[in-house]
Amino acid sequence: MRKYYDQITRISGNVVTVTATGIGYDELAIVTGTSGTSLASVIRMEGDQVSLQVFAGTQGVSTGDRVRFLGRPMQVPFSDDLLGRIFDGAGRPRDGRPDLEAERVDIGGPPVNPTKRRRPDRMIRTGIPMIDIFNSLVESQKLPIFSVPGEPYNELLARVGLQTNADVIILGGMGLRHDDYLRFRRTFEEGGAGGRTILFIHTAADPVVECLLVPDLCLAVAESFALQGKRVLALLTDMTAFADALKEIAITMEQIPSNRGYPGDLYTQLARRYEKAVDLDGAGSVTLLACTTMPGDDVTHPVPDNTGYITEGQFYLRSGWIEPFGSLSRLKQQVNGDTRDDHRSIMDACIQLYALCRESREKRDMGFEMSAWDAKLLKYGDLFETHIMDLAVNIPLEEALDRCWDILARCFDPAETGIRRTIIESHWPKQPTAA
Amino acid sequence: MNGRIVAVFGNMVIAETSGRVVQNSVGYCCRSDGARLLSEVIRVRGRLADLQVFEETRGLKFGDVVEFREEMLSVTLGPGLLGQVYDGLQNPLYRLAEQEGFFLKPGVYISALPVEKTWTFTPKVQAGATVGAADTLGTVPEGIFEHQVMAPFNAEGDLKVARIADPGDYSIEEEIAVLTDEAGSRHPVTMTQTWPVKRALNVSRRRLMPTEPLVTQVRIIDSMFPVVRGGTYCIPGPFGAGKTVLQQITSRYAEVDIVIVAACGERAGEVVETIREFPKLQDPRTGRLLMERTIIVCNTSAMPVAAREASVYTAVTLAEYYRQMALNVLLLADSTSRWAQALREVSGRLEEIPGEEAFPAYLESRIAGFYERAGAVELADGRIGSVTIGGTISPAGGNFDEPVTQGTLKVVGAFHGLSQARADARRYPAIDPLDSWSKYTGIIEAEKAARVSRLLRRGNDVKQMMAVVGEEGTSIEDFLVMLKAEFFDNTYLQQNAFDPVDASTSAERQRFVFDKILEFLDLDFEFDDKAAARRSLVRGQDLYRNWNYAAMDSDEFKKIEGQIDEFIAANAAND
Repeated sequence: MRKYYDQITRISGNVVTVTATGIGYDELAIVTGTSGTSLASVIRMEGDQVSLQVFAGTQGVSTGDRVRFLGRPMQVPFSDDLLGRIFDGAGRPRDGRPDLEAERVDIGGPPVNPTKRRRPDRMIRTGIPMIDIFNSLVESQKLPIFSVPGEPYNELLARVGLQTNADVIILGGMGLRHDDYLRFRRTFEEGGAGGRTILFIHTAADPVVECLLVPDLCLAVAESFALQGKRVLALLTDMTAFADALKEIAITMEQIPSNRGYPGDLYTQLARRYEKAVDLDGAGSVTLLACTTMPGDDVTHPVPDNTGYITEGQFYLRSGWIEPFGSLSRLKQQVNGDTRDDHRSIMDACIQLYALCRESREKRDMGFEMSAWDAKLLKYGDLFETHIMDLAVNIPLEEALDRCWDILARCFDPAETGIRRTIIESHWPKQPTAA
Repeated sequence: MNGRIVAVFGNMVIAETSGRVVQNSVGYCCRSDGARLLSEVIRVRGRLADLQVFEETRGLKFGDVVEFREEMLSVTLGPGLLGQVYDGLQNPLYRLAEQEGFFLKPGVYISALPVEKTWTFTPKVQAGATVGAADTLGTVPEGIFEHQVMAPFNAEGDLKVARIADPGDYSIEEEIAVLTDEAGSRHPVTMTQTWPVKRALNVSRRRLMPTEPLVTQVRIIDSMFPVVRGGTYCIPGPFGAGKTVLQQITSRYAEVDIVIVAACGERAGEVVETIREFPKLQDPRTGRLLMERTIIVCNTSAMPVAAREASVYTAVTLAEYYRQMALNVLLLADSTSRWAQALREVSGRLEEIPGEEAFPAYLESRIAGFYERAGAVELADGRIGSVTIGGTISPAGGNFDEPVTQGTLKVVGAFHGLSQARADARRYPAIDPLDSWSKYTGIIEAEKAARVSRLLRRGNDVKQMMAVVGEEGTSIEDFLVMLKAEFFDNTYLQQNAFDPVDASTSAERQRFVFDKILEFLDLDFEFDDKAAARRSLVRGQDLYRNWNYAAMDSDEFKKIEGQIDEFIAANAAND
């Protein structure tokens, strides 16, 4: 029964070609040789020439190695015992604990029938005012954080993970630095979320093919929990590393690149992962928050550009805070009408005034004279940045709204805010705290 | 006729065969567990046939059987299409969900139309009558329409009605007529027929010059860059510029009989919004539910990519079918870039020599071929029907200088370019009034529209100049031009899609308001300084803006109209 194939005819990049018949497309295989064993999956069949991408890379693979096919696609074990565990990009335990004996589910399964999706309408509270007030996160939303490499995007991701009340948190790390991995682990353990998190970690030192598997592993597990009625939050970082891994394999396979070396199906590949975010009609949900680092802070780079067309908005992380302009949650309208009657008014007014403040700052920097109105705006901008925009601020939505009112009252007359009179009457603070 | 799989790569399969293979015909790849995956022959080389598979190819093996068919990829046409939600291959998604649950399993296909439902048939011809292709044999009621049961579209020459069913209830599978051709052979006819999606369906006396305006109730489109029934237009724009909201607004308010939404490779969430909302929304023109005049063909980004390529053809064929009933159909394709990307993926796998940005060299002719399926036609009995196509484009990086946008601009009649700058400034709909164009005549006289166009252009020039020389360095005449251009932008071009009144503006109201705005713009204002000019125009702007939010038959509307007239009279008295 155990049939081995030993005619390896080509080794190139991370791809090995072996002569074999009766093999299914996308089937899993084990390559065994003197340098160890590795999983591999079928990515091309031509006649009896079967090309495999080798998860551990082809370093040390010899033409004398043996290949055994498993007759099934890549799978991941699924049970409640996954909670609290850590795996690598090939699904092996990374926490020193034994393999998991459980039912296995295929990764990269079929898409959800659109008629079985619910319209998202439940807000996810994060305790971060820039998200909760200005761009509310909604259950089943797919949202990337666009960032340049130096920004604290992983910290932000970990915080969102900790502070939401999701039933299950699944973190997928791709091309992660080892210290980032350790930091994630510590954050979740110290935050008391260890028991509801599952980590799939590919570090920068691991073979590149394993990076490709991380989103699929995470999302297959997430989907399985959602089918059980759980509300799952999936965190993926960094999707640019995933796209670069795609590029590497595509080039090895001699596919014609379309844009800056990325394969023509980059959009499809990204969409297939992001679209796993879902609110199932009659079951649970998967919410997907991802990080996409923008090479050179260029949003027209193929990875952020394609991502923007797929996701339901984006957060820009710049100079340590979530940029109020450009950041967008396409689903916020579905939820921010039902929180508090002043939510939308505060959202609009604070941003418009902050935009005016930036203009005043520009004028000031160019040496123009500052009017009394400019002075008010400048004061407002400083307060808004330290008490609302700063990522260290961690307060519930209602408190954040009250804080916004307080800041407005310290800087402006009610009419200057442009907020509707009825809202002003019921919310304008009677006695603002002394400035 | 069968073949055997010799290669699999992504969604492409190469099969070896010894028999006859028809280009673009359908094949089924038979997976060893019994699933049969629908595919299409896209290239033949000797004994090798290349097929694109409309499903995930996972599990296909070397040596698996491929069943080749003679027919090409086709859709089923008949009563019951309206209100359906289909995937790109015309699988009804609601019934698929009932049968299969949450997921779209590869290889599961069910009939596009419900076979158990009966329709009340009324014959319109008598036995012995002579009919030609697409002539009406009878009708069944479908929602608000008289759905016509037609003679086969591919029939040649005259046919004799040998038998026609009596009035009564029939299912789509029952024979309702028998036709005999000139050679004497008998053709049984049911209420349905099939048609290959990649072949244009047009049985008509002639194609007409499209001239009848298609009122979308979006002011900037109808008044400045109009669309006509039977015409084509495109909406390119970067992400976040409001393409989807614009398409949704159009699908709700456009004055046509039937809307077909082709959600091609875009977010599933947006389709869900339409699917969940439309069954609750009323069509203001007929009082019936919007869903009753809508067909949704959705192949979202996570669904198999080859079916995405097919989905726009499926949608346009359904549109052409209703055109044969002398109806006006609007097809909204969102987004044609995803369709082009699907072409690119297939082309890459075929290892064809790539053109610009790796798109295949035939991209432009495919785009042209698709848009050419729009058109107004005069049917054999003199009635007129039309298919209008509006496609969105999602250019990489928001840069219009790319193959899909450029290829589309060559063949469409109107271009509604969305601008990031306008979207950032929250000026919605973000159609750029300076870059966009239309070759059609709309509901506003061309001369009047040209006048405001000139004003907008001059206003923009002044604005740019002002950025250099400052407000002080600008003459009051120029300053006034800029203010007037801003005034027109703010009061007319911008439209609030989320306000119940402002979201849609009827043609009658557009003509009326446009004239009233021209009256304002034609005023010879005299101001002492720029601050006074700004104050005055802002006051006028406030009036017109609030006017937009008042329903046309309301007292509020009349009241504000009075105030506007006073304002105009007061300023006209200045000279």
